[in-house]
Amino acid sequence: MNFTLKIWRQRDAKSQGAFETYKVTDISADTSFLEMMDILNNNLIHEGKEPVAFDHDCREGICGMCSMHINGHAHGPSQAVTTCQMYMRKFKDGSTITIEPWRSAAFPVIRDLVVDRGAYDKILQAGGFISVRTNSVPDGNAIPIPKKDADESMDAAACVGCGACAATCKNGSAMLFVAARVSSLAKLPQGKVEGARRAKAMVAKMDELGFGNCTNTGACQAQCPKSISIAHIARLNREFLAAKLQD
Amino acid sequence: MSCFLTNSSLGKKLVMSISGCFLVLFILFHMAMNLTMLFSWEAYNAICEFLGANWYALAGTVILAAGVAVHFIYAFILTIDNYRARGKQRYAVTVQEKGVSWASKNMLVLGVIVILGLCLHLVHFWSKMQLVEIMGMHNSLVADYNVAPTNGAALMMITFSNPINVVLYLVWFAALWFHLTHGVWSMFQTVGFANDTWYPRLKCLANIVATLIFLGFAVVAVYCYFVSTPQLIESMLA
Repeated sequence: MNFTLKIWRQRDAKSQGAFETYKVTDISADTSFLEMMDILNNNLIHEGKEPVAFDHDCREGICGMCSMHINGHAHGPSQAVTTCQMYMRKFKDGSTITIEPWRSAAFPVIRDLVVDRGAYDKILQAGGFISVRTNSVPDGNAIPIPKKDADESMDAAACVGCGACAATCKNGSAMLFVAARVSSLAKLPQGKVEGARRAKAMVAKMDELGFGNCTNTGACQAQCPKSISIAHIARLNREFLAAKLQD
Repeated sequence: MSCFLTNSSLGKKLVMSISGCFLVLFILFHMAMNLTMLFSWEAYNAICEFLGANWYALAGTVILAAGVAVHFIYAFILTIDNYRARGKQRYAVTVQEKGVSWASKNMLVLGVIVILGLCLHLVHFWSKMQLVEIMGMHNSLVADYNVAPTNGAALMMITFSNPINVVLYLVWFAALWFHLTHGVWSMFQTVGFANDTWYPRLKCLANIVATLIFLGFAVVAVYCYFVSTPQLIESMLA
């Protein structure tokens, strides 16, 4: 397969970026998107040009490092997968593929397709944890948890923190990410204890970092590589409002 | 507690949700009131007389105006926040995501159309009714007719005898329909009353409320256009 790639190139956060066009040829349909990027970079290095910087790590959809806005979709046109899990057979032979970095004020571009997603780490540090005494491992079945709650918690915990939600949202809102983190802990007895403090702290940090306000479009849920539901946002709203009303 | 409604994103959204809910309830009341026109214009005028410029109607008007102002001002504050959060650099390629309604992405534009329609509506009706009473006057001149401030039925007939007004109002109602198809279920989501089981139900409820409001208002405007004759208007003014 042959493709024309329109890729955003930007030296650093302060530089002005622009699209550059590249051609890749003889790409197997079973090549993953990131392997195709590797082939492109290999060609660029051989030509003595600067390779395209892009984030990646595990390449199996669990680390949340890969990003890229491909042809208008966060993580490309495939549903419920990260960029690294997408294959070139998804694209039409001979087509032009436009690749952009996440666009959100809270995610400044570091270089080319790499953005700084440190804002998500800061939100997590504000409350995305449970406080427990370190000791020997407790018995997993000591606290019975209804299957439904455990399932909902696990669904929320599937969030890999890739940033697709805020990058897709027309409001630059991080609500799906914050909601997934709050929800995954709120549904478990261990996390419930700090529920009120957590919801308030994480929302306050999210606001402070300049993320936008959710207007319930549901675009985040449509583009989320882990199909996290906006029902978790409703739970965050509940948790937050209940916590504030108790103040 | 008092400040989270102004300085927190979720607090500001709560204000949007509650004020929106209040406005929807008012619109439903207004629609029910208008529907009496289909059965008896005397009944409609009896309601107009009952409301008029009495203290309770004036208090209601002030609360209602405050509701509109809060919803409108917060919408702009939230939109400015969101515009900043989106950043200066926008995507070169965008798509309409699956399951995302057009209305949900255009709430401000729809809201502005609704407000413009509201201004027109206030000029057409409120300024000829409650305002006239507040000013201590006894009638106003509308398209060469002398209309008493409590004669809302005649005012409606005169206004909707003009097809341009009918079309303008239908556009207004259509914008409101789009606004409500997203707004009604969205207000439940914002207060946290929603989950995957309830989304289809809430969205269905939003469509029903929006459609009911559209039809309830539109049918009265169109009815007035078809039945309004100079003779009928004269007899209503007599």
